[in-house]
Amino acid sequence: MRALRHAGSLILVHGVLLAGAAFMLLPFVWMIATSLKPPEEVFSATLQLLPNRFHGAENYGFALTQAPLVRFALNGAIVCLGILAVQLLVAIPCAYALAKLRFPGRDALFLLVLLSLAIPVQVPALPLYIALADLSLLNTYLAMMVPFLFSAFAVFLLRQFFKSYPDDILQAARLDGMRELEIVWRIVVPSAWPAIAAFSVFSVVAHWNDLYWPLIVITDSALATPPLGMMLFADAETGSNYGALMAAAAMLTAPLVVVFLFARRWFIAGVTMTGVK
Amino acid sequence: MARVELESIGKSFGDTAVLSGINLDVEDGEFLTLVGPSGCGKSTLIRIIAGLEPQTSGRIRIDGAPVDDLRPHERRVAMVFQSYALYPHLSVFANMALPLTMQRLSLWERLPLLRLLSARRRRVMPGIAQEVRSVAAQLQIEPLLLRRPAQLSGGQRQRVALGRAMVRHPGVFLMDEPLSNLDAKLRVHMRSELTELHQRLKSTFVYVTHDQVEAMTMSDRVAMMDAGRILQLGTPAELYARPANVTVAQFIGSPAINLLPARIEDGGIAVLADGSPILRTLLPPGSTATIGLRPETLRLLPPGDPTRPAPFQARLRRVENLGAECMLHVDLPTLPGQGLVIRAASAGDLTPGTMVGVAYDPAAAHVFDASGNRVAAVATAAPAARLAQAEGRVS
Repeated sequence: MRALRHAGSLILVHGVLLAGAAFMLLPFVWMIATSLKPPEEVFSATLQLLPNRFHGAENYGFALTQAPLVRFALNGAIVCLGILAVQLLVAIPCAYALAKLRFPGRDALFLLVLLSLAIPVQVPALPLYIALADLSLLNTYLAMMVPFLFSAFAVFLLRQFFKSYPDDILQAARLDGMRELEIVWRIVVPSAWPAIAAFSVFSVVAHWNDLYWPLIVITDSALATPPLGMMLFADAETGSNYGALMAAAAMLTAPLVVVFLFARRWFIAGVTMTGVK
Repeated sequence: MARVELESIGKSFGDTAVLSGINLDVEDGEFLTLVGPSGCGKSTLIRIIAGLEPQTSGRIRIDGAPVDDLRPHERRVAMVFQSYALYPHLSVFANMALPLTMQRLSLWERLPLLRLLSARRRRVMPGIAQEVRSVAAQLQIEPLLLRRPAQLSGGQRQRVALGRAMVRHPGVFLMDEPLSNLDAKLRVHMRSELTELHQRLKSTFVYVTHDQVEAMTMSDRVAMMDAGRILQLGTPAELYARPANVTVAQFIGSPAINLLPARIEDGGIAVLADGSPILRTLLPPGSTATIGLRPETLRLLPPGDPTRPAPFQARLRRVENLGAECMLHVDLPTLPGQGLVIRAASAGDLTPGTMVGVAYDPAAAHVFDASGNRVAAVATAAPAARLAQAEGRVS
């Protein structure tokens, strides 16, 4: 009887999880399905997953030849990695100081970090745009990166992780003659890979997929990141060729999925260890 | 080798005073133990010596030179932590080599990649490797040099932590409860190994523990601490034989000393709550006192002989048999709630519940006044008949 009830609750829990997963996967499935359909089937009134006539080769071929997908992906990589590198370079020492050093005003500073988490990027968009325009930096990679270089979220996430690092090891390092910066990079960071990987996934996904800010500061399609490139591609080249559009989208989403699959274990470990859910 | 001098060290966190007025001279080559219950400030004190915590007041000198403004690694001290504090991502070899590379290589010679360009690094590293191997050989951890700390047992980690301290040839070894995380058997073994290490290195050891057995067995001198003060400083034998106050008497010795509250009557006679006189003191009549009787100074009397009643009539509660000896736990029916522990060679065929007679040796008793400080006991002229009997039993 008890085993039966246990099995029942398992089925219920997994049912809910499966329904949630299906709901989240549906757009992706639809994207792939559409990318394989000929134009006349895309808007057919019947709901049909698989195409009657396989049109995938044409759609993917069209997207690859007509849109500079590699260029978009390269731009995305430059922007994402640039942002991530500076974010980590700045946030790791900050998080360490907030987690492990005692100095006056530390708690106030941490409060500021928490408060700045609550400010959406749209709020400082106008002053940032004006500043970049005055510095003639519009239409550059730097313009796409500047608002995100200093990440309060990274400071917060890493601080929670560093907080649990044993103090004795830091003190042993001080006795061995290490300065604080050396302790951070040589002792603490090598143990913090799960948290760093988790944050990296957050950061890369967010900025790879970001349309809002590149749309504001970029007009030159040679600098476009994947979502902006997709938009320009949709307007200029394809008209209403949704099959080709979805093929391009599938190809631009693929790198992210691959990155996530590789970093998945660290990502989950990092998120659960820091208590951020 | 080095002398450590502490002069009126005080430490407070906000309004809470953790240490106050600590004066302590650790002689060159001495093994000095700071012992006390948890929260007594002993770990804070050793961290202040190491330079990991700044003191609120007072001065520290190592080998005569003030070190108050020196950073931890400039003080020529090494520390072994209770948690061992090994660098988890480095091999045993790298853990032990790190203090030496920090000493002998400049910053850019330690940087990843860049360091490969340094010719001096290539000259210095073989020497470091040789020193690490020689220390590893002394500690018998050579086969472990390529492992990570997570792959080692507690005892092995302990040795690596010791090795990391030893490679620097520090003047002073600071050890913060280094054996607490080991199992009982290994702890006994490491105790003798640490003592031998101290004899071989002839360095100064400052050792923190809450375990009075470690303090008693390993140290040249013991500083017993409580509530941020040193209660008594002396050799283990002194602390055991002449505890300066009740707290020391209670803490040092296992099983713990038997403490009996008493009041002082005319002639300085200490009288227990049931009216039985126990010994003579120099305390004024009307005051209170605590009488301390070590378990080994108590003796079971053979049953019978109603003409010579025993000083204590007790009921046997429990026998702890340790093989070579046994601990008898008895209750005193005339003093409700008061028990005694007696150390005896054997319990014979006594069973719990039996009434037994217990005699004590007044000359070995400790007397503490109302504020807990040791006062002299006078074990001479017997003032009361019962007291005379008690003493007569023992002599």
